Amino acid sequence: MEYILIVISAVFINNVVLAQYLGVCPFLGVSNKVNTALGMAGAVVFVIVLATMVTYLIQTYVLEKLGIGFMQTITFILVIAFLVQMVEIILKKISQPLYQALGIFLPLITTNCAVLGVAILVIKKDYNLLEGVVYGASTAIGFGLALVILAGIREQLELVDVPKGMKGVPLSLVIAGILALAFMGFTGIVK
Amino acid sequence: MAKTESTFKNMVLSLTLIALGSSAGLGFVYELTKEPIALSVLNKKLNAIREVVPEFDNNPNDEMYMLATGEGDSLEIYPARKNGEIIGYAVNTYTNEGFSGYINLMAGFKPDGTIINISVLQQKETPGLGTKMSDPGFKDQFMEKNPADFQLKVIKDGGPVDAITAATISSRAFCDAIERAYNTLQKGGQK
Amino acid sequence: MNQLQNFTKGFFKENPILVLVLGTCPTLATTTSALNGMGMGVATTFVLIGSNVVISLLSNVIPDKVRIPAFIVIIASFVTIVDLVMQAYVPGLYETLGIFIPLIVVNCIVLGRAEAYASKNSVLSSFFDGLGMGLGFTMALGIMGAFREIVGSGSIFGYKFIPGDGILVFILAPGAFWVLGYLIALINRLKRT
Repeated sequence: MEYILIVISAVFINNVVLAQYLGVCPFLGVSNKVNTALGMAGAVVFVIVLATMVTYLIQTYVLEKLGIGFMQTITFILVIAFLVQMVEIILKKISQPLYQALGIFLPLITTNCAVLGVAILVIKKDYNLLEGVVYGASTAIGFGLALVILAGIREQLELVDVPKGMKGVPLSLVIAGILALAFMGFTGIVK
Repeated sequence: MAKTESTFKNMVLSLTLIALGSSAGLGFVYELTKEPIALSVLNKKLNAIREVVPEFDNNPNDEMYMLATGEGDSLEIYPARKNGEIIGYAVNTYTNEGFSGYINLMAGFKPDGTIINISVLQQKETPGLGTKMSDPGFKDQFMEKNPADFQLKVIKDGGPVDAITAATISSRAFCDAIERAYNTLQKGGQK
Repeated sequence: MNQLQNFTKGFFKENPILVLVLGTCPTLATTTSALNGMGMGVATTFVLIGSNVVISLLSNVIPDKVRIPAFIVIIASFVTIVDLVMQAYVPGLYETLGIFIPLIVVNCIVLGRAEAYASKNSVLSSFFDGLGMGLGFTMALGIMGAFREIVGSGSIFGYKFIPGDGILVFILAPGAFWVLGYLIALINRLKRT
Protein backbone atom coordinates (compact mmCIF):
# COMPACT_ATOMS: atom_id res chain seq x y z
CA MET A 1 0.00 0.00 0.00
CA GLU A 2 2.83 2.30 0.92
CA TYR A 3 4.31 1.69 -2.48
CA ILE A 4 1.19 2.69 -4.35
CA LEU A 5 1.24 5.95 -2.41
CA ILE A 6 4.84 6.54 -3.37
CA VAL A 7 4.05 5.89 -7.03
CA ILE A 8 1.00 8.15 -7.21
CA SER A 9 2.74 10.87 -5.29
CA ALA A 10 5.86 10.81 -7.45
CA VAL A 11 4.10 10.60 -10.80
CA PHE A 12 1.22 13.02 -10.28
CA ILE A 13 1.23 14.98 -7.06
CA ASN A 14 4.88 15.90 -6.81
CA ASN A 15 5.72 15.46 -10.46
CA VAL A 16 9.48 15.80 -10.72
CA VAL A 17 9.38 18.35 -13.55
CA LEU A 18 6.13 20.20 -13.03
CA ALA A 19 6.22 20.48 -9.24
CA GLN A 20 9.84 19.97 -8.22
CA TYR A 21 11.56 21.74 -11.12
CA LEU A 22 13.97 18.89 -11.76
CA GLY A 23 14.81 17.74 -15.26
CA VAL A 24 13.69 20.90 -17.01
CA CYS A 25 16.60 21.20 -19.49
CA PRO A 26 16.00 17.90 -21.29
CA PHE A 27 12.28 18.55 -20.81
CA LEU A 28 12.62 21.64 -22.99
CA GLY A 29 15.16 20.12 -25.33
CA VAL A 30 13.82 16.71 -26.26
CA SER A 31 10.13 17.34 -26.23
CA ASN A 32 9.40 18.23 -29.83
CA LYS A 33 8.60 14.75 -31.05
CA VAL A 34 6.66 12.13 -29.15
CA ASN A 35 8.93 9.32 -30.31
CA THR A 36 12.14 10.94 -29.15
CA ALA A 37 10.41 11.90 -25.93
CA LEU A 38 9.50 8.28 -25.29
CA GLY A 39 13.04 7.16 -26.04
CA MET A 40 14.50 9.76 -23.70
CA ALA A 41 12.01 8.84 -20.99
CA GLY A 42 12.98 5.19 -21.29
CA ALA A 43 16.68 5.97 -21.02
CA VAL A 44 16.07 8.19 -17.99
CA VAL A 45 13.97 5.55 -16.22
CA PHE A 46 16.76 3.07 -16.74
CA VAL A 47 19.48 5.41 -15.46
CA ILE A 48 17.46 6.63 -12.47
CA VAL A 49 16.55 3.14 -11.30
CA LEU A 50 20.14 1.97 -11.49
CA ALA A 51 21.44 5.18 -9.99
CA THR A 52 19.08 5.07 -7.00
CA MET A 53 20.14 1.50 -6.28
CA VAL A 54 23.86 2.10 -6.51
CA THR A 55 23.88 5.46 -4.69
CA TYR A 56 21.73 4.06 -1.88
CA LEU A 57 24.14 1.19 -1.40
CA ILE A 58 27.15 3.48 -1.47
CA GLN A 59 25.53 5.90 0.97
CA THR A 60 24.65 3.16 3.45
CA TYR A 61 27.68 0.95 3.25
CA VAL A 62 30.46 3.36 2.45
CA LEU A 63 29.67 7.01 3.15
CA GLU A 64 27.81 6.51 6.41
CA LYS A 65 30.01 3.68 7.64
CA LEU A 66 33.09 5.82 7.19
CA GLY A 67 31.42 9.01 8.35
CA ILE A 68 32.26 10.84 5.15
CA GLY A 69 28.75 11.98 4.31
CA PHE A 70 30.10 15.18 2.84
CA MET A 71 31.51 13.18 -0.09
CA GLN A 72 27.96 12.46 -1.18
CA THR A 73 27.81 14.98 -4.01
CA ILE A 74 31.05 13.82 -5.59
CA THR A 75 30.43 10.08 -5.36
CA PHE A 76 26.82 10.32 -6.52
CA ILE A 77 27.60 12.38 -9.60
CA LEU A 78 30.51 10.10 -10.52
CA VAL A 79 28.25 7.05 -10.25
CA ILE A 80 25.70 8.74 -12.48
CA ALA A 81 28.30 9.78 -15.05
CA PHE A 82 29.56 6.20 -15.18
CA LEU A 83 26.05 4.74 -15.55
CA VAL A 84 25.22 7.14 -18.38
CA GLN A 85 28.38 6.07 -20.21
CA MET A 86 27.21 2.48 -19.90
CA VAL A 87 23.76 3.34 -21.24
CA GLU A 88 25.34 5.13 -24.20
CA ILE A 89 27.46 2.11 -25.08
CA ILE A 90 24.54 -0.30 -24.71
CA LEU A 91 22.17 1.88 -26.72
CA LYS A 92 24.69 2.29 -29.51
CA LYS A 93 24.81 -1.50 -29.78
CA ILE A 94 21.12 -2.31 -29.61
CA SER A 95 19.40 0.64 -31.28
CA GLN A 96 21.42 2.90 -33.57
CA PRO A 97 18.43 5.01 -34.73
CA LEU A 98 17.40 5.82 -31.16
CA TYR A 99 21.00 6.58 -30.29
CA GLN A 100 21.16 9.02 -33.22
CA ALA A 101 17.81 10.60 -32.40
CA LEU A 102 18.75 11.30 -28.82
CA GLY A 103 22.05 12.76 -29.94
CA ILE A 104 23.70 15.07 -27.46
CA PHE A 105 20.89 14.61 -24.98
CA LEU A 106 22.04 11.14 -24.04
CA PRO A 107 25.30 12.15 -22.38
CA LEU A 108 23.38 15.11 -21.02
CA ILE A 109 21.37 12.74 -18.83
CA THR A 110 24.36 13.06 -16.54
CA THR A 111 23.54 16.69 -15.95
CA ASN A 112 19.82 16.02 -15.71
CA CYS A 113 19.06 17.41 -12.27
CA ALA A 114 16.32 14.84 -11.93
CA VAL A 115 18.78 11.96 -11.72
CA LEU A 116 21.06 13.45 -9.08
CA GLY A 117 18.09 15.11 -7.42
CA VAL A 118 16.22 11.84 -7.00
CA ALA A 119 19.30 10.06 -5.68
CA ILE A 120 19.71 12.72 -3.00
CA LEU A 121 15.98 12.83 -2.19
CA VAL A 122 15.87 9.07 -1.58
CA ILE A 123 18.48 9.53 1.14
CA LYS A 124 16.78 12.64 2.55
CA LYS A 125 13.39 10.92 2.72
CA ASP A 126 14.94 7.99 4.54
CA TYR A 127 13.57 5.38 2.16
CA ASN A 128 14.93 1.86 2.26
CA LEU A 129 16.38 0.31 -0.87
CA LEU A 130 13.10 -1.01 -2.28
CA GLU A 131 11.16 2.18 -1.49
CA GLY A 132 13.99 4.19 -3.02
CA VAL A 133 13.94 2.22 -6.24
CA VAL A 134 10.16 2.45 -6.48
CA TYR A 135 10.36 6.18 -5.83
CA GLY A 136 13.10 6.55 -8.44
CA ALA A 137 11.21 4.59 -11.05
CA SER A 138 7.99 6.50 -10.37
CA THR A 139 9.79 9.82 -10.58
CA ALA A 140 11.24 8.80 -13.93
CA ILE A 141 7.79 7.75 -15.12
CA GLY A 142 6.47 11.14 -14.02
CA PHE A 143 9.28 12.75 -15.98
CA GLY A 144 8.39 10.65 -18.99
CA LEU A 145 4.72 11.53 -18.63
CA ALA A 146 5.39 15.26 -18.54
CA LEU A 147 7.81 14.91 -21.45
CA VAL A 148 5.39 12.96 -23.66
CA ILE A 149 2.49 15.33 -22.92
CA LEU A 150 4.60 18.33 -23.81
CA ALA A 151 5.88 16.59 -26.96
CA GLY A 152 2.33 15.82 -28.05
CA ILE A 153 1.30 19.43 -27.56
CA ARG A 154 4.36 20.77 -29.34
CA GLU A 155 3.84 18.47 -32.32
CA GLN A 156 0.42 20.09 -32.73
CA LEU A 157 1.81 23.58 -32.26
CA GLU A 158 4.19 23.07 -35.19
CA LEU A 159 1.17 23.49 -37.41
CA VAL A 160 0.19 26.86 -35.95
CA ASP A 161 1.47 30.39 -36.26
CA VAL A 162 3.48 31.41 -33.21
CA PRO A 163 4.89 34.91 -32.55
CA LYS A 164 8.60 34.88 -33.34
CA GLY A 165 9.79 35.84 -29.89
CA MET A 166 7.80 33.05 -28.30
CA LYS A 167 8.99 30.27 -30.59
CA GLY A 168 10.71 27.35 -28.97
CA VAL A 169 11.75 27.72 -25.35
CA PRO A 170 9.39 30.50 -24.19
CA LEU A 171 6.38 28.68 -25.62
CA SER A 172 7.39 25.39 -24.03
CA LEU A 173 7.78 27.14 -20.71
CA VAL A 174 4.34 28.70 -20.89
CA ILE A 175 2.80 25.33 -21.75
CA ALA A 176 4.77 23.74 -18.92
CA GLY A 177 3.27 26.33 -16.62
CA ILE A 178 -0.24 25.40 -17.71
CA LEU A 179 0.60 21.71 -17.23
CA ALA A 180 1.99 22.49 -13.79
CA LEU A 181 -1.25 24.28 -12.95
CA ALA A 182 -3.23 21.26 -14.11
CA PHE A 183 -1.10 18.86 -12.10
CA MET A 184 -1.63 20.97 -8.99
CA GLY A 185 -5.14 19.65 -9.11
CA PHE A 186 -3.76 16.29 -8.02
CA THR A 187 -2.80 17.47 -4.55
CA GLY A 188 -5.11 16.08 -1.96
CA ILE A 189 -6.15 12.95 -3.86
CA VAL A 190 -4.05 10.92 -1.45
CA LYS A 191 -5.78 11.07 1.92
CA MET B 1 43.18 20.39 -25.34
CA ALA B 2 45.92 18.94 -23.23
CA LYS B 3 49.59 18.77 -23.69
CA THR B 4 49.38 15.56 -21.71
CA GLU B 5 48.77 12.44 -23.76
CA SER B 6 45.82 10.22 -22.94
CA THR B 7 47.93 7.21 -22.09
CA PHE B 8 46.51 4.80 -19.58
CA LYS B 9 49.17 5.68 -17.05
CA ASN B 10 48.52 9.42 -17.42
CA MET B 11 44.79 9.04 -17.16
CA VAL B 12 44.94 6.96 -14.01
CA LEU B 13 47.59 9.15 -12.47
CA SER B 14 45.83 12.45 -13.14
CA LEU B 15 42.44 11.19 -11.97
CA THR B 16 43.94 9.73 -8.82
CA LEU B 17 45.79 12.93 -8.03
CA ILE B 18 42.70 15.03 -8.59
CA ALA B 19 40.62 12.68 -6.47
CA LEU B 20 43.19 12.78 -3.68
CA GLY B 21 43.52 16.54 -3.90
CA SER B 22 39.80 17.14 -3.73
CA SER B 23 39.27 14.64 -0.90
CA ALA B 24 42.01 16.31 1.11
CA GLY B 25 40.61 19.77 0.43
CA LEU B 26 37.09 18.70 1.31
CA GLY B 27 38.17 16.88 4.44
CA PHE B 28 39.83 20.09 5.54
CA VAL B 29 36.78 22.26 4.91
CA TYR B 30 34.61 19.65 6.59
CA GLU B 31 36.66 19.78 9.77
CA LEU B 32 36.56 23.57 9.69
CA THR B 33 32.80 23.74 9.37
CA LYS B 34 31.82 20.81 11.58
CA GLU B 35 31.37 22.87 14.71
CA PRO B 36 29.58 25.87 13.22
CA ILE B 37 27.19 23.46 11.51
CA ALA B 38 26.43 21.56 14.71
CA LEU B 39 25.95 24.88 16.45
CA SER B 40 23.47 26.20 13.91
CA VAL B 41 21.46 22.97 14.00
CA LEU B 42 21.27 23.24 17.77
CA ASN B 43 20.31 26.90 17.59
CA LYS B 44 17.48 26.20 15.21
CA LYS B 45 15.97 23.74 17.70
CA LEU B 46 16.52 26.05 20.65
CA ASN B 47 14.89 28.91 18.76
CA ALA B 48 11.83 26.81 18.09
CA ILE B 49 11.69 25.89 21.76
CA ARG B 50 12.17 29.51 22.83
CA GLU B 51 9.10 30.47 20.85
CA VAL B 52 6.77 28.12 22.67
CA VAL B 53 7.84 28.13 26.32
CA PRO B 54 8.60 30.98 28.72
CA GLU B 55 12.19 32.12 29.22
CA PHE B 56 14.29 29.31 30.56
CA ASP B 57 17.79 29.04 31.96
CA ASN B 58 18.60 25.39 31.37
CA ASN B 59 19.46 23.64 28.12
CA PRO B 60 16.28 21.82 27.10
CA ASN B 61 18.17 19.98 24.40
CA ASP B 62 20.47 18.37 26.95
CA GLU B 63 17.48 17.21 28.97
CA MET B 64 15.52 15.93 26.00
CA TYR B 65 13.73 12.64 26.49
CA MET B 66 11.38 10.56 24.37
CA LEU B 67 7.82 9.57 25.23
CA ALA B 68 5.78 6.93 23.43
CA THR B 69 2.69 8.18 21.64
CA GLY B 70 0.89 4.88 21.88
CA GLU B 71 0.86 4.64 18.09
CA GLY B 72 4.19 2.88 17.80
CA ASP B 73 6.50 5.87 17.77
CA SER B 74 7.67 8.54 20.20
CA LEU B 75 7.93 12.29 20.46
CA GLU B 76 10.81 14.42 21.69
CA ILE B 77 10.06 16.27 24.93
CA TYR B 78 12.19 19.28 25.88
CA PRO B 79 11.74 20.40 29.50
CA ALA B 80 12.31 24.08 30.16
CA ARG B 81 13.38 25.15 33.63
CA LYS B 82 13.95 28.35 35.49
CA ASN B 83 15.90 28.19 38.74
CA GLY B 84 15.57 24.43 38.61
CA GLU B 85 11.76 24.52 38.46
CA ILE B 86 9.95 23.18 35.38
CA ILE B 87 8.13 26.03 33.67
CA GLY B 88 7.10 24.27 30.50
CA TYR B 89 7.52 21.40 28.11
CA ALA B 90 8.23 21.83 24.40
CA VAL B 91 6.94 18.84 22.46
CA ASN B 92 8.16 18.13 18.93
CA THR B 93 4.95 16.79 17.44
CA TYR B 94 3.63 16.00 13.99
CA THR B 95 0.67 14.86 11.95
CA ASN B 96 0.34 13.06 8.65
CA GLU B 97 -3.22 14.24 8.15
CA GLY B 98 -2.28 17.48 6.43
CA PHE B 99 -3.73 18.26 3.03
CA SER B 100 -0.27 17.63 1.62
CA GLY B 101 0.76 15.19 4.30
CA TYR B 102 3.35 15.70 6.99
CA ILE B 103 3.23 18.73 9.28
CA ASN B 104 5.79 19.25 12.05
CA LEU B 105 4.95 21.46 15.03
CA MET B 106 6.67 22.46 18.27
CA ALA B 107 4.02 22.79 20.98
CA GLY B 108 4.72 24.32 24.37
CA PHE B 109 2.68 23.20 27.39
CA LYS B 110 2.60 24.36 31.01
CA PRO B 111 3.07 21.61 33.59
CA ASP B 112 -0.71 21.51 34.02
CA GLY B 113 -1.24 20.84 30.33
CA THR B 114 -2.25 24.33 29.23
CA ILE B 115 -0.97 25.29 25.80
CA ILE B 116 1.52 28.14 25.92
CA ASN B 117 2.31 28.61 22.24
CA ILE B 118 2.83 26.68 19.01
CA SER B 119 5.48 27.00 16.34
CA VAL B 120 5.13 25.53 12.85
CA LEU B 121 8.42 23.87 11.96
CA GLN B 122 7.59 22.20 8.69
CA GLN B 123 4.61 22.07 6.38
CA LYS B 124 3.83 21.97 2.70
CA GLU B 125 0.18 22.95 2.75
CA THR B 126 -1.46 25.01 0.06
CA PRO B 127 0.00 28.51 0.06
CA GLY B 128 -2.60 31.08 1.05
CA LEU B 129 -4.80 28.45 2.65
CA GLY B 130 -3.25 25.77 4.82
CA THR B 131 -0.10 27.83 5.23
CA LYS B 132 -2.17 30.30 7.25
CA MET B 133 -1.76 27.91 10.16
CA SER B 134 1.45 29.77 10.95
CA ASP B 135 -0.41 33.08 11.26
CA PRO B 136 -1.26 34.40 14.73
CA GLY B 137 -4.81 34.81 13.43
CA PHE B 138 -5.23 31.05 13.58
CA LYS B 139 -2.53 29.89 15.99
CA ASP B 140 -3.25 32.28 18.82
CA GLN B 141 -6.67 30.81 19.56
CA PHE B 142 -4.91 27.83 21.15
CA MET B 143 -2.94 29.91 23.62
CA GLU B 144 -3.89 29.51 27.28
CA LYS B 145 -6.31 26.72 26.39
CA ASN B 146 -6.10 23.39 28.18
CA PRO B 147 -7.05 20.41 25.98
CA ALA B 148 -8.64 18.85 29.05
CA ASP B 149 -11.55 21.24 28.65
CA PHE B 150 -10.85 22.77 25.21
CA GLN B 151 -11.71 20.12 22.65
CA LEU B 152 -9.20 20.03 19.81
CA LYS B 153 -11.84 19.78 17.12
CA VAL B 154 -12.94 22.30 14.50
CA ILE B 155 -16.41 23.82 14.66
CA LYS B 156 -17.53 21.63 11.77
CA ASP B 157 -16.77 18.57 13.90
CA GLY B 158 -18.57 19.97 16.93
CA GLY B 159 -15.57 21.55 18.62
CA PRO B 160 -14.56 25.12 19.46
CA VAL B 161 -11.65 25.53 17.08
CA ASP B 162 -12.14 28.23 14.45
CA ALA B 163 -10.79 26.59 11.30
CA ILE B 164 -8.98 28.47 8.54
CA THR B 165 -11.46 29.47 5.88
CA ALA B 166 -11.41 26.92 3.04
CA ALA B 167 -8.66 24.95 4.79
CA THR B 168 -10.58 22.64 7.08
CA ILE B 169 -8.33 19.67 6.44
CA SER B 170 -5.18 21.62 7.34
CA SER B 171 -6.90 22.95 10.46
CA ARG B 172 -8.00 19.45 11.48
CA ALA B 173 -4.46 18.18 10.94
CA PHE B 174 -3.09 20.96 13.12
CA CYS B 175 -5.45 19.89 15.92
CA ASP B 176 -4.42 16.28 15.43
CA ALA B 177 -0.77 17.18 15.99
CA ILE B 178 -1.54 19.19 19.14
CA GLU B 179 -3.71 16.40 20.50
CA ARG B 180 -0.93 13.89 19.87
CA ALA B 181 1.48 16.12 21.79
CA TYR B 182 -0.92 16.65 24.70
CA ASN B 183 -1.84 12.98 25.02
CA THR B 184 1.74 11.82 24.83
CA LEU B 185 2.78 14.29 27.51
CA GLN B 186 -0.10 13.42 29.82
CA LYS B 187 0.31 9.67 29.37
CA GLY B 188 4.05 9.58 29.73
CA GLY B 189 4.06 11.62 32.85
CA GLN B 190 6.25 14.61 33.38
CA LYS B 191 9.77 14.46 34.70
CA MET C 1 38.16 40.05 -26.79
CA ASN C 2 39.59 42.01 -23.92
CA GLN C 3 38.90 41.21 -20.32
CA LEU C 4 36.20 43.82 -19.97
CA GLN C 5 34.19 42.34 -22.85
CA ASN C 6 34.91 38.90 -21.47
CA PHE C 7 33.49 39.94 -18.13
CA THR C 8 30.39 41.74 -19.36
CA LYS C 9 29.24 39.21 -21.92
CA GLY C 10 27.65 37.20 -19.15
CA PHE C 11 25.26 40.01 -18.34
CA PHE C 12 23.44 40.51 -21.62
CA LYS C 13 24.89 39.11 -24.83
CA GLU C 14 25.49 35.65 -23.42
CA ASN C 15 23.42 35.68 -20.26
CA PRO C 16 23.53 32.04 -19.17
CA ILE C 17 19.84 31.67 -18.37
CA LEU C 18 18.08 34.29 -20.48
CA VAL C 19 20.08 33.79 -23.66
CA LEU C 20 21.87 30.44 -23.45
CA VAL C 21 18.94 28.92 -21.49
CA LEU C 22 21.20 26.97 -19.15
CA GLY C 23 20.52 26.37 -15.48
CA THR C 24 16.75 26.38 -15.81
CA CYS C 25 16.03 24.11 -12.83
CA PRO C 26 17.54 26.25 -10.06
CA THR C 27 16.16 29.35 -11.79
CA LEU C 28 12.60 28.09 -11.56
CA ALA C 29 12.98 26.69 -8.08
CA THR C 30 14.81 29.39 -6.18
CA THR C 31 13.28 32.59 -7.53
CA THR C 32 10.37 32.70 -5.11
CA SER C 33 11.94 35.86 -3.78
CA ALA C 34 14.67 38.24 -4.87
CA LEU C 35 16.98 37.32 -1.98
CA ASN C 36 16.57 33.59 -2.50
CA GLY C 37 17.33 33.89 -6.20
CA MET C 38 20.36 36.07 -5.62
CA GLY C 39 21.60 33.77 -2.86
CA MET C 40 21.51 30.92 -5.34
CA GLY C 41 23.26 33.07 -7.91
CA VAL C 42 26.07 33.97 -5.54
CA ALA C 43 26.60 30.35 -4.52
CA THR C 44 26.73 29.34 -8.18
CA THR C 45 29.12 32.21 -8.98
CA PHE C 46 31.51 31.01 -6.32
CA VAL C 47 31.51 27.50 -7.79
CA LEU C 48 31.88 28.90 -11.30
CA ILE C 49 34.91 30.99 -10.42
CA GLY C 50 36.53 28.22 -8.40
CA SER C 51 36.07 25.51 -10.97
CA ASN C 52 36.95 27.75 -13.94
CA VAL C 53 40.21 28.80 -12.32
CA VAL C 54 41.28 25.34 -11.19
CA ILE C 55 40.32 23.71 -14.48
CA SER C 56 42.16 26.37 -16.43
CA LEU C 57 45.21 25.83 -14.21
CA LEU C 58 45.14 22.09 -14.76
CA SER C 59 44.02 22.12 -18.37
CA ASN C 60 47.41 21.13 -19.71
CA VAL C 61 47.82 18.36 -17.18
CA ILE C 62 44.51 16.56 -17.56
CA PRO C 63 44.56 14.03 -20.42
CA ASP C 64 41.80 14.70 -22.90
CA LYS C 65 40.03 11.37 -22.55
CA VAL C 66 39.36 11.80 -18.84
CA ARG C 67 38.57 15.49 -18.84
CA ILE C 68 34.84 15.13 -18.14
CA PRO C 69 35.22 13.00 -15.01
CA ALA C 70 38.08 15.25 -13.90
CA PHE C 71 35.96 18.37 -14.38
CA ILE C 72 33.10 16.73 -12.51
CA VAL C 73 35.28 15.95 -9.50
CA ILE C 74 36.66 19.48 -9.41
CA ILE C 75 33.23 21.09 -9.77
CA ALA C 76 31.70 18.73 -7.21
CA SER C 77 34.44 19.63 -4.76
CA PHE C 78 33.67 23.33 -4.98
CA VAL C 79 29.96 22.60 -4.67
CA THR C 80 30.59 20.61 -1.51
CA ILE C 81 32.68 23.44 -0.09
CA VAL C 82 29.88 25.93 -0.77
CA ASP C 83 27.39 23.47 0.73
CA LEU C 84 29.36 23.08 3.96
CA VAL C 85 30.12 26.77 4.32
CA MET C 86 26.50 27.77 3.75
CA GLN C 87 25.29 25.15 6.20
CA ALA C 88 27.61 26.59 8.80
CA TYR C 89 27.18 30.32 8.31
CA VAL C 90 23.90 31.03 6.52
CA PRO C 91 21.62 28.20 7.69
CA GLY C 92 18.41 30.05 6.80
CA LEU C 93 19.35 30.46 3.12
CA TYR C 94 20.84 26.94 3.15
CA GLU C 95 17.47 25.47 4.16
CA THR C 96 15.52 27.54 1.66
CA LEU C 97 17.74 26.56 -1.27
CA GLY C 98 17.71 22.96 -0.06
CA ILE C 99 18.51 20.34 -2.63
CA PHE C 100 19.47 22.93 -5.24
CA ILE C 101 22.82 23.57 -3.58
CA PRO C 102 24.27 20.14 -4.33
CA LEU C 103 22.49 20.36 -7.68
CA ILE C 104 24.83 23.19 -8.68
CA VAL C 105 27.14 20.38 -9.75
CA VAL C 106 24.78 19.51 -12.60
CA ASN C 107 24.02 23.11 -13.44
CA CYS C 108 24.82 23.12 -17.14
CA ILE C 109 26.33 26.57 -16.79
CA VAL C 110 29.21 25.30 -14.71
CA LEU C 111 30.15 22.26 -16.75
CA GLY C 112 29.38 24.22 -19.88
CA ARG C 113 31.85 27.01 -19.08
CA ALA C 114 34.45 24.51 -17.95
CA GLU C 115 34.27 22.63 -21.23
CA ALA C 116 33.74 25.56 -23.57
CA TYR C 117 36.01 28.14 -21.99
CA ALA C 118 38.11 27.33 -18.97
CA SER C 119 39.80 24.34 -20.52
CA LYS C 120 40.94 26.45 -23.44
CA ASN C 121 41.78 29.81 -21.97
CA SER C 122 44.13 31.46 -19.54
CA VAL C 123 43.50 31.50 -15.83
CA LEU C 124 42.77 35.20 -15.77
CA SER C 125 40.28 34.99 -18.65
CA SER C 126 38.63 32.01 -17.03
CA PHE C 127 38.32 33.92 -13.80
CA PHE C 128 36.53 36.81 -15.49
CA ASP C 129 34.41 34.47 -17.56
CA GLY C 130 33.26 32.72 -14.41
CA LEU C 131 32.68 35.98 -12.57
CA GLY C 132 30.76 37.56 -15.45
CA MET C 133 28.61 34.51 -16.15
CA GLY C 134 27.95 34.03 -12.46
CA LEU C 135 26.97 37.64 -11.87
CA GLY C 136 24.83 37.67 -15.02
CA PHE C 137 23.08 34.59 -13.69
CA THR C 138 22.65 36.26 -10.30
CA MET C 139 21.23 39.36 -11.92
CA ALA C 140 18.69 37.35 -13.92
CA LEU C 141 17.72 35.36 -10.83
CA GLY C 142 17.37 38.59 -8.91
CA ILE C 143 15.09 40.15 -11.53
CA MET C 144 12.93 37.08 -11.80
CA GLY C 145 12.87 36.62 -8.05
CA ALA C 146 11.94 40.24 -7.49
CA PHE C 147 9.09 40.05 -9.99
CA ARG C 148 7.68 36.85 -8.51
CA GLU C 149 8.04 38.18 -5.01
CA ILE C 150 6.37 41.52 -5.72
CA VAL C 151 3.45 40.04 -7.63
CA GLY C 152 3.17 36.78 -5.75
CA SER C 153 3.82 37.75 -2.13
CA GLY C 154 3.38 41.49 -2.14
CA SER C 155 6.83 42.01 -0.70
CA ILE C 156 10.33 42.90 -1.86
CA PHE C 157 13.50 41.78 -0.13
CA GLY C 158 11.27 40.56 2.65
CA TYR C 159 9.41 43.82 3.25
CA LYS C 160 5.71 43.32 2.74
CA PHE C 161 3.97 46.32 1.28
CA ILE C 162 0.47 44.92 1.10
CA PRO C 163 -1.49 43.12 3.80
CA GLY C 164 -2.31 39.52 2.97
CA ASP C 165 -1.19 37.60 -0.09
CA GLY C 166 -0.41 38.60 -3.63
CA ILE C 167 -1.28 36.60 -6.73
CA LEU C 168 -0.08 33.33 -5.26
CA VAL C 169 0.28 31.43 -8.49
CA PHE C 170 3.42 33.43 -9.18
CA ILE C 171 5.32 31.92 -6.31
CA LEU C 172 4.15 28.45 -7.27
CA ALA C 173 5.30 26.21 -10.11
CA PRO C 174 3.03 27.49 -12.89
CA GLY C 175 4.08 31.06 -12.19
CA ALA C 176 7.74 30.09 -12.30
CA PHE C 177 7.41 28.61 -15.76
CA TRP C 178 5.37 31.54 -17.05
CA VAL C 179 7.63 34.27 -15.73
CA LEU C 180 10.74 32.59 -17.13
CA GLY C 181 9.02 31.92 -20.45
CA TYR C 182 7.95 35.52 -20.88
CA LEU C 183 11.31 36.86 -19.69
CA ILE C 184 13.12 34.84 -22.35
CA ALA C 185 10.57 35.89 -24.95
CA LEU C 186 11.16 39.51 -23.94
CA ILE C 187 14.92 39.10 -24.31
CA ASN C 188 14.38 37.46 -27.72
CA ARG C 189 12.32 40.45 -28.76
CA LEU C 190 14.91 42.92 -27.47
CA LYS C 191 17.71 41.06 -29.23
CA ARG C 192 16.08 41.57 -32.56
CA THR C 193 15.68 45.34 -32.24
